[in-house]
Amino acid sequence: MSENTNEGVLTGALATDRKDAWWVGPLLTAMGLGAFGVYSTIRAFANADYEWGPYLSPFYSPLIRIPGLNVSPAFLILWAPAGFRATCYYYRKAYYRAFFQHPTACAVNEIHGHSYRGETSFPFIFQNIHRYFMYVAVLFIGILWYDAISAFFFPAADGTRHFGMGLGSLIMVVNVLLLGSYTFGCHSLRHVIGGKMDCFSCTSFGKVQHKTWLGVSWFNNRHMLFAWCSLFSVGLTDFYVWLCATGRINDFRFF
Amino acid sequence: MQPAKAETGTISRLMRVFRGDKNRSELKEFTIKQHPGMVVLDAIHQIQADQAGDLACRWNCKAGKCGSCSAEINGRPRLMCMTRMGDFEPGETITVRPLKAFPVIKDLVTDVSWNYEINKKIKPFTPKPKNADGTWRMQQYEIDRVQEFRKCIECFLCQDVCHVLRDHDKKSEFGGPRFFVRAASLEMHPLDTADRVPMIKDSLGVGLCNITKCCTEVCPESITITDNAIIPLKERVVSRYFDPLAVLWHKITGLPKQPRGGE
Amino acid sequence: MANYQSIEHDVLVIGAGGAGIRAAIEAAEMGANVGLICKSLLGKAHTVMAEGGMAAALGNVESRDNWKVHFRDTMRGGKMLNNWRMAQLHAQEAPDRANELESYGAVFDRTPDGRILQRNFGGHLYPRLAHVGDRTGLEMIRTLQDKAVHTPGLQVHMECTIYKLLVNDGRVCGAVGYWRQTGEFVVYKAKAVVLATGGIGKSFKVTSNSWEYTGDGHAMAYLAGADLIDMEFIQFHPTGMMWPLSVKGILVTEGVRGEGGVLRNNKGERFMFKYVPEQFKKDYADTEDEARRWLDGDKTARRPPELLTRDVVARAINAEVKAGRGSPHGGAFLDIAAARSPDYIKRKLPSMYHQFKELAQVDITKDAMEVGPTTHYIMGGVRVHPETAESTVPGIFAAGEAAGGMHGANRLGGNSLSDLLVFGRRAGMGAANYAKNLKSAPALSQADVDATLKEMTAPLDRVDGENPYTIAQDLQELMQTHIGIIREEKEMQEGLEKLLKLKERASRVASNGTRAYNPGWNQALDLRAMLTCSEAIARAAIERKESRGGHTRNDYPDYDKELSKVNFLIKKTSSGEMGIRKEPLPQMPAELQELFKGESNATSQS
Repeated sequence: MSENTNEGVLTGALATDRKDAWWVGPLLTAMGLGAFGVYSTIRAFANADYEWGPYLSPFYSPLIRIPGLNVSPAFLILWAPAGFRATCYYYRKAYYRAFFQHPTACAVNEIHGHSYRGETSFPFIFQNIHRYFMYVAVLFIGILWYDAISAFFFPAADGTRHFGMGLGSLIMVVNVLLLGSYTFGCHSLRHVIGGKMDCFSCTSFGKVQHKTWLGVSWFNNRHMLFAWCSLFSVGLTDFYVWLCATGRINDFRFF
Repeated sequence: MQPAKAETGTISRLMRVFRGDKNRSELKEFTIKQHPGMVVLDAIHQIQADQAGDLACRWNCKAGKCGSCSAEINGRPRLMCMTRMGDFEPGETITVRPLKAFPVIKDLVTDVSWNYEINKKIKPFTPKPKNADGTWRMQQYEIDRVQEFRKCIECFLCQDVCHVLRDHDKKSEFGGPRFFVRAASLEMHPLDTADRVPMIKDSLGVGLCNITKCCTEVCPESITITDNAIIPLKERVVSRYFDPLAVLWHKITGLPKQPRGGE
Repeated sequence: MANYQSIEHDVLVIGAGGAGIRAAIEAAEMGANVGLICKSLLGKAHTVMAEGGMAAALGNVESRDNWKVHFRDTMRGGKMLNNWRMAQLHAQEAPDRANELESYGAVFDRTPDGRILQRNFGGHLYPRLAHVGDRTGLEMIRTLQDKAVHTPGLQVHMECTIYKLLVNDGRVCGAVGYWRQTGEFVVYKAKAVVLATGGIGKSFKVTSNSWEYTGDGHAMAYLAGADLIDMEFIQFHPTGMMWPLSVKGILVTEGVRGEGGVLRNNKGERFMFKYVPEQFKKDYADTEDEARRWLDGDKTARRPPELLTRDVVARAINAEVKAGRGSPHGGAFLDIAAARSPDYIKRKLPSMYHQFKELAQVDITKDAMEVGPTTHYIMGGVRVHPETAESTVPGIFAAGEAAGGMHGANRLGGNSLSDLLVFGRRAGMGAANYAKNLKSAPALSQADVDATLKEMTAPLDRVDGENPYTIAQDLQELMQTHIGIIREEKEMQEGLEKLLKLKERASRVASNGTRAYNPGWNQALDLRAMLTCSEAIARAAIERKESRGGHTRNDYPDYDKELSKVNFLIKKTSSGEMGIRKEPLPQMPAELQELFKGESNATSQS
């Protein structure tokens, strides 16, 4: 071999021996998150077409209208789900890879120098408050259940409400189920609910706590799946409300 | 009863193997005879026996239990003994390089001694006193979690693929996935009484991990490193240092002590 | 002359498997300055391959169990050739060692009341093996490793191969070796040496053992003048993988049978019922129905015949194959899928599931495994004092597979891990005491050191010579054919002749490259130990004209009454030849003999 050459070492940004399409994953993630970001921003600014009949878009729930305040009510509440997802352990993985390229893909050379500080310095050190967003997100699940149940009570012309079921009612229920599956698989919840324990048999309710922990762990194992499904369902629910509210379609009523 | 399915026939295969040390190196081509059922480690052994007697590689059990023969095969950190040649396309060249995160000693052998230094820093198991009958009692359901971590065979593939070590070389401030698994196996042990949270934050530097899960992807023992070891440790660090309510709670009630549980 | 590094220790432990690490911990805790030598990296030793468990009469699952039952099982399994005192100490101390391991941090599987769970295994009357799924050895080595690195006074030397023990004035005074990474030489000065180097499996073609198993400790002790005992007894584990070829020999844990796996031939017949030896008939089921009831926990039912001792099962598979009833690749079918649910199999036998899935593309929760005998363990080894583990050369101690006597003619599964801890500890204790009582360490002989270094560099200095890999392969082929599982006088004599020729060829071995991490050169240096052990095995096997345990002869198929009273010892004669002699078994005290009332160890083997 030639003198003082290191031909055997792979150097340079994105260099790898991998032969699979390692760039597809991060690309799809970036496109998915990007598309949702654009859609939700437009809809939040819209400040219109978020209600129809008994349906309320999740972007606007809980609906807080402060008289005289001239901003979209979405902004009063969207910080909570946005913060929950932004600090979520799954989404962190997704956007660190797709947007920050830390790393782009496993065993593919990074494009950065050695300034990496992980989650030890500003701004990423704030990821550590994830559990507070989780507390709020759990509250939101309750509110969205209220919305989903309300979606079965259709207002009549005389102001009374009648029990019924439209496609929108079903969409709202599926949405809250998926959001719940995502929220109850949260890593922070898994810690609070039992992960912090070392000796379950040492406490009186340890066994119950362990069972609960197992339940959360079941959702946690599927956190990525539910993260995407619920992201999609939230967007879809809003989109359906928008379609109805703008009269583009008529809500399909089962009864 | 069916015998094992096997590829049939012997084919010839081009291999490119890293040869050299940290100063000088190249990929050297070898053509080998590939027999059915053969793994990459067999190919390396064949090269040693017939073509390059001094080709260096580590191996021991040849059954995926000792974690010695770690290497990068077509860019993927894997155990050579558990990578079947038949899984590659017949015409595909197989490239084998040493672990990138560690300094090369020679050929496929790297200097992994840093890992052993990290391990020494982790507080050893510190059990609580035995019960009056002279035994310790633990329930199977509560040790399942710890037993997953104890499956680790120390192949260091997770250390190799972790970009914090591989690309950013933070060996002086970061312990790497293997030692979070190790620390978790002790921290979550129902009998253990030692407190490792400060060292998990400071000397193991758990904050440098950005949970991108490459470690979990390469683990040959299928340990869910990120979700079951690292993130739970991060959450324990949060409770100790970042969660204002938990910090306040600890100020009032004192730090968590065994055997009451985590906090 | 080549340069070398000098390191001094009170106690030098060679080998860092279960026995070596345990010895090092004990010696260091007694205040000795200890060096622990690993041929590989720390934690990679062959102990990680031990799967099924560690036998200890804890009585957690079956309260009728106690050390006497364990002792009796061990002696019967060893066909009464065991050193009774070692077997007794082993049975008595194993429970303490298991509990001690737990105090070091081992996490064994649990019983419903939270104690250490125990499983059934071949030859053990009651469920006795403390285990962690099927990776008990890994648990042991990791636990000991972490204990060792936190033990003051214990220094670990990784990737260092010891080539020779230095003896002066009839006492050990040190050892010579080399660092694998750099090829630099190192001379250890030590008051006492513990050999914990494992076995000799690498001299056979089909083996469950790794490259490290070249019999270094056996050979170095022999060359230093120590006695070897029982070298003819080699355990062929009945269940090694058969296919694909590249994994042939890799172990399939006895735990598969312990958990209910059954053996069948190509006719689907559960053949083990035909092979129950007379003396075991009363303890083993004679119908499939009874075996099934036993598995379901019926305490009145007797054990399935798949749980007979390893030698019996290995011979049975061999006989089935010979009779044309073997599996496609010359073994038998081992089926666990019919006995247990997929979830149970994955939980209790995860590595087996993984191993077959990855390496053979067989799903053991659905299909049977193809298995056959594989060289697994040598019962023979350095002859040691039962209490102190000291060999016949002062200052040389041995423990684990490198030591002989404990297991007699056949080792029971699960008795190895407990042996490692019981006698590892005793060897560490013995060595530390010996070092403490030694007024001054004997001086090293510079001439010895120089001569050894010259011998070690020789393969690199030769320009043209034999390929070390070829010699190793030829040796493996030879041992497998001539001194394998079924032996015969003529074949063995031929084998011995070939062996001596091979030895001659090995003296001309050459390797290219430098000393730095050079597997070719390392292989060349390992040949001496491999050949020495192989010769000892061959000579002892020729001498024992009977069949017993791990030694089966076509020409002498039965037990021999006279030979049931002796061990064969091997020792280097003053002229440098390999000498062999008979030694009467030590007399077992009357109260222990009571346990075997009415049994004879001179009846037929199978």
